[in-house]
Amino acid sequence: MLTFILRRLGVMVLTMLCLTFIVFYLVNLDPNLEKIAKTQGNVRMTDEQVESWLEKNGYREPLLTRYGDWVVHFVQGDMGDSFRMQKPVEEELGKRLGYTGVLMFWVMATMVPLALVIGVLAGMREGSKTDRTLSVFAIVSTSAPEYVTGIVFTVIFSSSLGWLKGVAKVGDISFYNFTLPVMTMTMYGMGYIARMTRASMVEAMASQYVRTARLKGVSFKWIVLKHALRNALIAPFTVIMLQFPWLLTGVVIVEAMFNYKGFGWLLIRAAENNDIDLLLGCSVVAVAVVLVTQLISDIGYAVLNPRIRVQ
Amino acid sequence: MPEYLSTLDVILQSIARFWPSWAAIVVVLGLGWGFRHKLGLMGRLYGSPVGMVGAIIVLFWVFTAIFADSIAVMDAAQASFTPGIKKAPPGVIDAPNGVAMLWGGDNISRDIFSRVVWGSRIVLIIAPAATAVAYMVGITLGLPAGYFRGRWDTVLSFLANLILAFPVILLFYLLVTPEIRTPVYYDLGLFTVPFSIPIGIAGLFFLFPIIFLCALWVTRFAHAKARLYRYLFVTIAVGGWVYLGLVFGMKGTPFQLEPNELNVFAAVVLGSSPGVFRIVRGLTMDIATRDYVAAAQTRGERAWYIMLWEILPNARGPLIVDACLRIGYTTILLGTLGFFGLGLSPDSPDWGSMINHGRPYIRLFSTIHLSLFPAIALMSLVLGLNLLADGLREESLKD
Repeated sequence: MLTFILRRLGVMVLTMLCLTFIVFYLVNLDPNLEKIAKTQGNVRMTDEQVESWLEKNGYREPLLTRYGDWVVHFVQGDMGDSFRMQKPVEEELGKRLGYTGVLMFWVMATMVPLALVIGVLAGMREGSKTDRTLSVFAIVSTSAPEYVTGIVFTVIFSSSLGWLKGVAKVGDISFYNFTLPVMTMTMYGMGYIARMTRASMVEAMASQYVRTARLKGVSFKWIVLKHALRNALIAPFTVIMLQFPWLLTGVVIVEAMFNYKGFGWLLIRAAENNDIDLLLGCSVVAVAVVLVTQLISDIGYAVLNPRIRVQ
Repeated sequence: MPEYLSTLDVILQSIARFWPSWAAIVVVLGLGWGFRHKLGLMGRLYGSPVGMVGAIIVLFWVFTAIFADSIAVMDAAQASFTPGIKKAPPGVIDAPNGVAMLWGGDNISRDIFSRVVWGSRIVLIIAPAATAVAYMVGITLGLPAGYFRGRWDTVLSFLANLILAFPVILLFYLLVTPEIRTPVYYDLGLFTVPFSIPIGIAGLFFLFPIIFLCALWVTRFAHAKARLYRYLFVTIAVGGWVYLGLVFGMKGTPFQLEPNELNVFAAVVLGSSPGVFRIVRGLTMDIATRDYVAAAQTRGERAWYIMLWEILPNARGPLIVDACLRIGYTTILLGTLGFFGLGLSPDSPDWGSMINHGRPYIRLFSTIHLSLFPAIALMSLVLGLNLLADGLREESLKD
């Protein structure tokens, strides 16, 4: 187990280096650098002036040297400065991640229980009317990306009924302010988890131990709660973990839509302004989220399911 | 003040205007019903209500895209100059020519109904085409990775995981910025060749369909040389011709793409190929242990023959289902690009861009139609594809 985790960590570091290098390469392409020079210095600079500006600010050193510098600084805990925000990257990033964390907490707190309940209810009796209805509902929810549900919900609850606010302020955790973004993100992610839960519940209900319990005369409620549920929840755990990276795209869309100034909003600002250090910081966070959740889901799967033995 | 149709009229006329789609659906479903015993998996779809609903929705949009010329009443970019029609709610009648804007007008007085119809054409060309290319890439690389395992597999899987670990949205922002997509021209003596990173990606990925088809012919007709050469010649000639047009925009070829169209295409293919690779690799590893593969190996068949003609056809069930889901996912990706204003040209009628343009107006109840209709269109297409995939999966599991 320990070697498995160590090897996975090694691959993670390698992935991280590759991806940050790709980002580093793309943001340092000539047209991008020219844009930086013109926004930082003077918009009407001539080509020679741009060149000398880049030379002076160290943008003309070999790419690998500069990337190496960035990595060394990063390891020492210095992620550079955001020229757009006029602040150290780690400070800005920490603040925005906090806001997004609050949003994510509420999304998870509504999405996971809801999806599990729907999945278990549907998978409990395969082919029943409840199953059909809930399954179709789950498909509908996976078919509506955040920018569709966001608009439909805003139209219904904000523009016509006026019950909720169409924009979400950071730091104001109230029903009025927070429901629309949370609801929007919950809708899209929920269907997928619910379908996985249903599939694994159906499998558990068809297994030998459930049949034995049934033949022993155990009540249906008890079979579901005591025998099937535990085994059925292993697969959804993996899916919920793998849902995090998916939510990342959702966060960006929802934060852009409701003007919630969190991590997703920051990422877009960084990308639009080619704010090199900030963009690198954002990509490190985004990639780390994906990789760490993958690792947790693998380890968790092995721990929860003794039948899987990691080599 | 312009005149308006009643709500009932708007609904009835909206249904009526799509008559070519309805007629085509009836014809196709009727023909399919007649031949349902010969159609295999598709024919069995008639037994699944969910799959049937999905098929009807998908067919509806496919035929709307095909017959867009006769369904749309205005051009996608054509604006009306009648006063008071700007952002007018659904059912407004454009007085000078009597055309009813069934789904209202947008912020520069274009007909939203017509734009949604034209947009279906863009979406239904790019999404399936990008998925098809991604499939060829994923199959050509996934089959050997799953069959031979070993070092190749390690490298390819690492690359696939690398792309999958990259947040899609960041990838798009980095690839689709105007600075990166502007091509630089290189003079190679005979021709000048444009190059940019998206052109590089497209150049690499569009090779795979040609490689895939050639591999199919080489393994199949190894003993019928004359036929093999004929097939290879046609594939390489036609494929190469289309390739040069698509990637380098060479004049005189059938399909040429604008730089930003190519960009979107390359980004979407890059984003969905690793997923196909993983699924094909997994299926190959599973199927490679079957008896008929062992039999082919004992017969002394070559590895590529076994992969392409023994393993691939037996993986078609899950692959068809996955393809349906993936086209839906690609549609969502295209919408995401449009939503962030990264997609096609700003006034293109693709649904994502329309949603993006209508977004500033959703706070006011009287102007919600600007983004509501394209949003519903996009969602219904994805829903149709997902329902279709679900029906197909259920039917294919019945064996």
